[in-house]
Amino acid sequence: MLHFGRWKLLSILIITLLGVMYTIPNFVPETDRYTINEADGTATPKGIWRFIPSGTINLGLDLQGGSHIVFEVDMDEVRDAQLEALASDIRTALRETPPLLARSVSVIGDEVVVLMVRPEERDVARERIDALNTPVDTGVGQVGLTNMYDIAADPADLSAIRISVTAQQYEAIRNRTLEQSITVIRRRLDGLGTTDPTIARSGDRRVLVQVPGADNPQEIIDLVGTQAAMSFHMVDESVDPGPNGQARTPPGVSVFTMADTGGTAWLAVETRQRLTGENLNQAYVTSHPNYVGPVVGFRLDTQGALIFGELTRTNRGRRFAIVLDDEIITAPSINEPILSGSGVIGGGYTYESANQLVILLNAGALPATLTPVEQRVVTASLGRDQIESGQLAVMIGFGLVIVFMVAMYGVFGLFSTMALLVNVFLILGGLSGLGMTLTLPGIAGIILTIGMAVDANVLIFERIREEVRNNRTPVQALQAGYERALAAILDANITTFIAAAVLYMLGAGPVRGFAVTLGVGIVTSVFTAFVVSRLLAVVWLRATKPKQLPL
Amino acid sequence: MSLALVKFLPVGTKIPFIRGRLIALAISGLFIVFSMFEFATVGINFGIDFRGGIQTEVAALNTTPIESLRDTANGLDLGEARVQGAGGAGEDRTTYLISLPLQEGEGLEGEAAQNTARQALEAALLAAYPDIEMRGTTVIGGAVSGELIVTGFTAIGVALFLMLIYIWFRFEWQYSVGAIVALTHDVIATIGMFSLTQMTFDLATVAAILTIVGYSMNDTVVVYDRIRENLRKYKRMPLEDVLNLSINDTLSRTILTSVTTLVALISLYLIGGTALKGFAFAMIWGVMIGTFSSVFVAAPILLFTNVQRESNDG
Repeated sequence: MLHFGRWKLLSILIITLLGVMYTIPNFVPETDRYTINEADGTATPKGIWRFIPSGTINLGLDLQGGSHIVFEVDMDEVRDAQLEALASDIRTALRETPPLLARSVSVIGDEVVVLMVRPEERDVARERIDALNTPVDTGVGQVGLTNMYDIAADPADLSAIRISVTAQQYEAIRNRTLEQSITVIRRRLDGLGTTDPTIARSGDRRVLVQVPGADNPQEIIDLVGTQAAMSFHMVDESVDPGPNGQARTPPGVSVFTMADTGGTAWLAVETRQRLTGENLNQAYVTSHPNYVGPVVGFRLDTQGALIFGELTRTNRGRRFAIVLDDEIITAPSINEPILSGSGVIGGGYTYESANQLVILLNAGALPATLTPVEQRVVTASLGRDQIESGQLAVMIGFGLVIVFMVAMYGVFGLFSTMALLVNVFLILGGLSGLGMTLTLPGIAGIILTIGMAVDANVLIFERIREEVRNNRTPVQALQAGYERALAAILDANITTFIAAAVLYMLGAGPVRGFAVTLGVGIVTSVFTAFVVSRLLAVVWLRATKPKQLPL
Repeated sequence: MSLALVKFLPVGTKIPFIRGRLIALAISGLFIVFSMFEFATVGINFGIDFRGGIQTEVAALNTTPIESLRDTANGLDLGEARVQGAGGAGEDRTTYLISLPLQEGEGLEGEAAQNTARQALEAALLAAYPDIEMRGTTVIGGAVSGELIVTGFTAIGVALFLMLIYIWFRFEWQYSVGAIVALTHDVIATIGMFSLTQMTFDLATVAAILTIVGYSMNDTVVVYDRIRENLRKYKRMPLEDVLNLSINDTLSRTILTSVTTLVALISLYLIGGTALKGFAFAMIWGVMIGTFSSVFVAAPILLFTNVQRESNDG
């Protein structure tokens, strides 16, 4: 117990040194550590920092300010769209030659129900629907073991076929929808030029978006929560949309509101989509002689340009409408064929609103609507206050514990103080080095660790005291004290570590930060209390050779 | 440096903790019954995490009366607003937490209504008090708050279960029964304390309870460890005396560790800022109750569970 081999000594020193090295950058201003390239905002270490760790602890949003928003994907909407698409595929399949007569193909609840006019055609219909029923595409390059649909033909009802979507297919769709959403959100936030947003999947229907420094959540919600589904339709002037858009329309005609009128003007358009956002190559902010202020220019891809050229050539004099999320953003007349595949959308944009539309169009449409279900927003000033009071509490707590320990245990209190200091370096260095995030509850974890870390030393010192009372020599007392306290120290700390681990695995958001510092703190405090303080005590013992221990 | 106050701590104390076990267990029983009664009748003041709704922190000029903030929020007709002072912010400002209840609506419509309510609240506050400083907002939907409650209490349950297993593994089942009774005692007494004081019970409180569980376990393990050691050392001594001796052996350690932890926590409570006050409060109470339960609940229980002495596991 009292002998430290050369290698052991070396590793203790190296661990301590690493802790100190990774901690130091946190106390040196960024400008002293990095050369910041004004042009692209990148920072490169300078001077000595090129050779030693230069990174600092990641601060959680509650300490640096920012928005943490969890969005939920409307999976009901996704399911309905899936069923509608299936119904449409089935209708197409039934129209193949020879055409089969269906009384109806409709979505009822979570099934597509096909009702045949002639029951004897049902088996043929079923074969064609079976052909649509392919294995689930799990999106990882493998073919699923399960088919996409459950197809049921009830022997009691000879005219009906019922098709439902299998659970595996729903899961595949959910995964795909979430992945697409994350991709689109990332493109949109990148377009905004925000710093280091975090976009991550959370559970099987939610996406977590964290934007440091953004203290207006609505900006993010507007950008992320907008579906931005764009489509081109021909205007049907023969249908009167009615004064409030509620007029009955013939099949194949839809009524949408005009975006810039705030829901007072309505227009009837053909439901059929001539082009969608998929055909969009690029959107950009520009100006146009016909409009005051900025306009949004767009360029279609090759296929889109062909379709658009054909559309404008055959419909000269009519109007077409661009619909974005069920609102008409523009409905110009076609004066001449547009073969270039580019055009402008004008109408009272500010630079900001035009830019926002450009970001949305370029990032593509979300596969489903996203609604915020959790928002935690902290302004930079509140974050600063929290970090300041947290730091103060750490320092005062640390100071009081030191005073208490030195007063109680004298020179041994000094050893535990040194151990505690190394412990703080190891916690902070560990957080920096491992790239973990420090949150406000994390600071609480550090303070608690400081209070609890001395426990191991108290256990040891009390054991030593007992041995001293039993008239052992200093060396024997020290030896026995460290040896016999070890089991209790390990048991006690493993149980606390279990609590921290559970908290980390099950804890939500900010509380996880507490589990991190508590868990790291437990590991480091066992090391420092048991190893570092022992080393100091041994060195002291050899140097002073006391007749009796001052305990 | 030979001055060490620890020398003045009494050594070899012989306080008859175990003789008072019935009184101690009666006190614990009262704690538990009272806590459950409070919980059932008054209930818990759940924070935004568990209640759901909208909560915004503002720093208003000291001249702004709290009633007028409440009137502004209530004027929105979005449910009964709560306004709560949350300390000073600089010379001339005071911070308040203004909250609105969970907005009604089925599924995602309700979630959208929450966001609309947040916008309305922020707009109304900015319109009524142009120089107000908005400091942060939390919006928790119905689904999320429900899940947070479930995960919070699951976490406490899982932690207790794992502790039980660990103690069973390291000691014997008699010890693990004692430890679990003591831990459950601490958890219930802490929840009772929150019910009594009506302090806000939020995610941080759950974290605090888990830490209390860890801390109390830590204390209990130290006492148990000594009991096991003494049982081997004094084969003839009656169990009651061994328990008493072990508690007295570890008494100075129990007190010193509690004091250092309390010192750190009190500095957190007084200086750590509003957001951590509830956490620090729970921990301070928990350290005291955890220390009490290790001595007066966990150890005496061993008398009832009939600990085996002739075990030779190591």
